[in-house]
Amino acid sequence: MTTTSAPEARQAQPTAPPRPAPQRRIRLRAVTADEALPLFGAAAGAIALVWLLYEQVLPLSGALGFWVCCYVVFLIFYATVTAMTAGRQAVKDRLAAVAAASAGLFALAAVAGQIGYIAFRGWAAVTHLNFWTQTMQATGSLQPLTSGGVLHAVVGSLEQLGIATVLAVPLGVTAAVFLSEVGGLLAHPVRVIVTAMTALPEIVAGLFVYATLILTLGTRQDGLAAGLALTVMMLPIVTRASEMMLRMVPGSLREASYALGASQWRTVWNVVLPTARSGLTTVSVLGMARVVGETAPLLFTAGLTNFLNANPFHGPQTGLPLLIWADIRITPTANMIERGFGAGLVLLVMVLILFTAARVLGGKAPGELTRRQRRRIARDTRSRPITERQPS
Amino acid sequence: MSGMAGPATSLPGPQAAAEDRPRRITTRISGADLVFRSGVRLAGLLVLAITGLIAAFLIVRASGTLRAAGWHFLTNFQWILNSSHLGVGAVLPDTIIIALIALIIAVPVAVATAIFISEYAPPGLRRAMIALIDLMAAIPSILYGIWGFFWLMPRFIGVARWISDHLGFIPFLKVPGAYQPGNFENSTLLAGVVVSLMIIPIVASISREVFSQAPRGEREAAYALGSTRWGMIRTVVLPYGRGGVIGAIMLGFGRAMGETIVVALIISQVFTIVTHPLKSGGNSIAALIAQSAGESSPGMISALIAAGLVLFVVTLIVNAIAAVIVARSRSGLQTAE
Repeated sequence: MTTTSAPEARQAQPTAPPRPAPQRRIRLRAVTADEALPLFGAAAGAIALVWLLYEQVLPLSGALGFWVCCYVVFLIFYATVTAMTAGRQAVKDRLAAVAAASAGLFALAAVAGQIGYIAFRGWAAVTHLNFWTQTMQATGSLQPLTSGGVLHAVVGSLEQLGIATVLAVPLGVTAAVFLSEVGGLLAHPVRVIVTAMTALPEIVAGLFVYATLILTLGTRQDGLAAGLALTVMMLPIVTRASEMMLRMVPGSLREASYALGASQWRTVWNVVLPTARSGLTTVSVLGMARVVGETAPLLFTAGLTNFLNANPFHGPQTGLPLLIWADIRITPTANMIERGFGAGLVLLVMVLILFTAARVLGGKAPGELTRRQRRRIARDTRSRPITERQPS
Repeated sequence: MSGMAGPATSLPGPQAAAEDRPRRITTRISGADLVFRSGVRLAGLLVLAITGLIAAFLIVRASGTLRAAGWHFLTNFQWILNSSHLGVGAVLPDTIIIALIALIIAVPVAVATAIFISEYAPPGLRRAMIALIDLMAAIPSILYGIWGFFWLMPRFIGVARWISDHLGFIPFLKVPGAYQPGNFENSTLLAGVVVSLMIIPIVASISREVFSQAPRGEREAAYALGSTRWGMIRTVVLPYGRGGVIGAIMLGFGRAMGETIVVALIISQVFTIVTHPLKSGGNSIAALIAQSAGESSPGMISALIAAGLVLFVVTLIVNAIAAVIVARSRSGLQTAE
């Protein structure tokens, strides 16, 4: 009965049913006042309570302990406030979210603290022009900051980094091509060894170059030895990360190239490597950023000197990390410590430049397009007839 | 292959079909390809050779010391050069203690950070946080070291003293003797705390990668069953990532044991087994080598290289275990190969 009456009713009323009121789109990640206010309330309450108890009532002091107590009390308050309106599951959920977010904040604070502290302490030294243009050749450890500088260490660091990059990047990328494109029986041991080498303690890398070059071949401590020690550190980093990047190149691209009749060599050179170029650049520059600050490999290899030595193949050549180590460990007068922090700031800026360069130059997965490429594709799509358009 | 066999199978008659065998495919490698293949294979061999050289030279150079001390090199408590009473027995335990302290602090923070990045952060923030973790790994260790030495050390004495006073009933947390600030300064604990900052990015970045690969279908299934976000993480993401996280922790442990400069800057060298991590004085193999870098008598160098070899072997073992754990885990199976 109902089955027959339904179409009749529809025919009797041909007008469309009343349109529902326009729906408001639900924003999935919106923050509501119910979520935000308990957070602020719990935080304020915790700080106030801990200040009262910690600073005024109990015989405790110290900033570190204060903030630890604040955090614990904050978690308790927040859990209690949430429990007043929601159930146990919700309390757990909120607490987990807050704990995860505060771990992220901790990481942020750690990085910001490092950079801020080094910048703060090193500022006094780097604002003197002579810090950039002079060496420590004619400057004693007690002389003020208006004399002496780190030019020799900057030159040394750059040259040693250059040596390491020139050796490690081509060899590392080639080895990665071998692992990802050619493979074979040899690939497995190489991969295992490369993975093991990433575990090589930095000081052992220095010891190795010392034992090989300086003790066995009888050369002296110089920039080349330091560069080679850095190469030993950098090679596994670059190889492993490059292999990851090459593996992300879609297999269909390789197959397309083979289908067009290209040889393997042409496929790697014209398809695989260009596709992974952005990633490989990032990997290499990040590898540079990692090794430029290594101190331990230099301890046995570079040789400590106060003179400017631009020739990495002859005579001791100090690097920035080694200079900091010497300033703070060997001659720790107040002025030398200031210089050490200044050199630390220079080193940090170097690392930050390399790091930013890695992000700007690359940082895209294989096949990921730049903004310009995306815009061009969008334009091409628009100019085509509407029936050909793909739904995005 | 089936495409190539296609025309053959379309031949009429059962006789022909019975004789039909898949054609043997021979690929003739062109000359350029041959050069290319042998070239990249050479690079692989070179990497093998360099590593082999490292091991060979370390063993050769350490052989004098190792022959004199034998297996007792691992258990001798003294550091007397050119004798059979030379060993890392006093240094190796503290190397491990420092690494363990670093892990105890770093692992919860790193795993929570990884969860935040992969599960909670909106896409823009996620990218920024990944860059931040990378940057944290790129900050030179000597900068962590001077931060720990000049900034953290004076502020840390109070915390260490508080722990010693109030938790001193746990035997190893007590600092024996009357209170002196110097007693708390160059402690194993402080070295571990600073090293933990350098372990966080390693553990966090690997864990994040593993967490983000947790299968979407299972996440949605958890939500569909009415799970909260934390419930989903606890029942889907964490079990999925367990193997990867354990592997990451082992990698961090290896890195922490090899950490040189921070420990060498902070700790004051002693040659006794450290029983009270809060007390000033300790040692690690890497720091021992670093602090002796200036002395180049042949006996010293041989002893240092032997110590370096021990460190290398211990880290290798830890890393090999980590690799096996990762490869056997569910997340590892999908990422490998």
